[in-house]
Amino acid sequence: MKTVFEPTKGMTPADTSYCPGCTHGIAHRLIMEVLDERGLLGNTIGVVPIGCSINAHHFMNIDMCESTHGRAPAIATGIRRVHPDKVVFTYQGDGDLASIGAGEIVHAAHRGEKFSTFFINNAIYGMTGGQMAPTTLIGQKATTCVSGRTVEQAGMPLRMCEILSQIDCCVYAERVMLTTPANIRKAKKAINRALDVQLQGLGFGFVEFLSSCPTNWGLAPKDALKYVEEKMSAYYPVGVFKKPEGID
Amino acid sequence: MGKVLMKGNEAFAEAAIRAGCKCYFGYPITPQNEIPEYMSHELPKAGGAFVQAESELAAISMAYGAAAAGGRVFISTSSPGLSLMQEGLGFICSAEVPVVVLNVSRGGPGVGGIQPGQADYIQVTRGGYNGDCKIPVFAPAGIQECVDTIYKAFDIAEKYRNPVLIFADGMMGQMMEPVVLPEAKGITAVEDIPSVKPWAITGTDHHEGRNVVYSLRMQPDVLEAHVEHLFEKYDEAAKELVDYKAYSLDEAELVFVAFGTMSRLCMEAIEILGERGIKAGLIRPISLWPYPDAAFDLIPSTCKTVISTELNMGQMIFDVKNAVSGRFPVDFIGRTGGIVPSSLEIADRAEKILASRK
Repeated sequence: MKTVFEPTKGMTPADTSYCPGCTHGIAHRLIMEVLDERGLLGNTIGVVPIGCSINAHHFMNIDMCESTHGRAPAIATGIRRVHPDKVVFTYQGDGDLASIGAGEIVHAAHRGEKFSTFFINNAIYGMTGGQMAPTTLIGQKATTCVSGRTVEQAGMPLRMCEILSQIDCCVYAERVMLTTPANIRKAKKAINRALDVQLQGLGFGFVEFLSSCPTNWGLAPKDALKYVEEKMSAYYPVGVFKKPEGID
Repeated sequence: MGKVLMKGNEAFAEAAIRAGCKCYFGYPITPQNEIPEYMSHELPKAGGAFVQAESELAAISMAYGAAAAGGRVFISTSSPGLSLMQEGLGFICSAEVPVVVLNVSRGGPGVGGIQPGQADYIQVTRGGYNGDCKIPVFAPAGIQECVDTIYKAFDIAEKYRNPVLIFADGMMGQMMEPVVLPEAKGITAVEDIPSVKPWAITGTDHHEGRNVVYSLRMQPDVLEAHVEHLFEKYDEAAKELVDYKAYSLDEAELVFVAFGTMSRLCMEAIEILGERGIKAGLIRPISLWPYPDAAFDLIPSTCKTVISTELNMGQMIFDVKNAVSGRFPVDFIGRTGGIVPSSLEIADRAEKILASRK
């Protein structure tokens, strides 16, 4: 009998620990599917952050290490020096990457580190229970801004793709959203591009995934996806910010 | 190989290269800057990798990543930089990864100054990191000893899968002494890492099963069991690694306790006191954790005072009091802020203390 579909070997059989409607599961599976399709699972080392996805190593069926909060790009820098010929990536949320780890991500990009960073932006701290992140939208409610974020109190949300694409040795930056089948296919394409950039040694590659957090947003899963499409992507436009020549 | 005259910091860097160091990550901070400078041009020649990190936080994190991936890793810093590395050190203990750390220490607190100090004693022996963990700490008293300690430290770190810290004050980093450099071991080839370190994250094609290096343990019973496992290692390390030297304790009326640069000054003070007809001895702890409590059993009944002699306001003195355990009076001589006293000053102060205890 011809196999028409099978789950990727890149995911372990474990049930994920994520809330219903959370898009971490989609991002995990996409990254693992791409590595599997390209025959790279056994030659890949991943770094997971502090946050909900610290648990990613229970689900991603590859060698991984946990990270101190925000330091994943520095940790991947170290791994890369020992294993220059393997695939290395960090998987980080927005509190981890854009707040406490803002220094490490900027300098990994600045050095042109030859690994890929997959950035899950759901505009809130998930694991700790819904506090404001640097990426929280103006007006968005969180447990540390219960009436909604204001510019006066907390400034404007950080746009990481826009910031990193200004850095010369960050050669690839793209923002995608995990909402519809068409957008998920675009996200998969972006993961492939990031790996192409890494395997060709072109420099640092960055993919930002606009993601949902129904639990901490207080929205039903379907409404949360609508929020990503309507509200988040209005402030965080999706698309390719930077791409080297020769990467399709 | 014969003796060569080298500046401490450069000799320390060369010792790490000869021990097979694959990666060095550093951030500029005085008085250890010659180490990253030396590493930047010499480590790549030996086949290793140098990265100038954006901060000490990043340097310790890079060290963790490289070590988790199976590389031999050396990092160095000075006191305020070590404060920034505390997050990583505790995490690395928990994740059980070997890293060798050199602190070429200076005066504090805060930015403090850049002259030699030993005011990080409590930090290096007790940690600024959170949680239950321990790091073996060695305090060499000269460039040769520091070179030999760094060379051996990698094997100790790998045996116990734990950081090892070398506490050399700024005096040792900046002075020059003749040194015999050890044989170069060469760097473990990347394809050999899985057989040497089967736990390392090298990609699942390269070892049995799947390797994950981690710290998070959400279940209290699982975390407690892990900490108990760490402490079984520490118990074994405490027995194996404890080290000290004792000098002229026979019939000593006063016994200095000092490490690093201060121990050398105490050796001179012992001579000066001898000329004055005072019998003085020295206990020099070489391992600061584990602390050599047993050395204090050697103090003779003729002793009137045990003097903790430090480049700080009195930090090791708590370990000295614990080891002396009420058997003798414990006194203190110290200078801080980067001031290194003369051996004459130490002798004079010791003589006064002794007179007050008679």
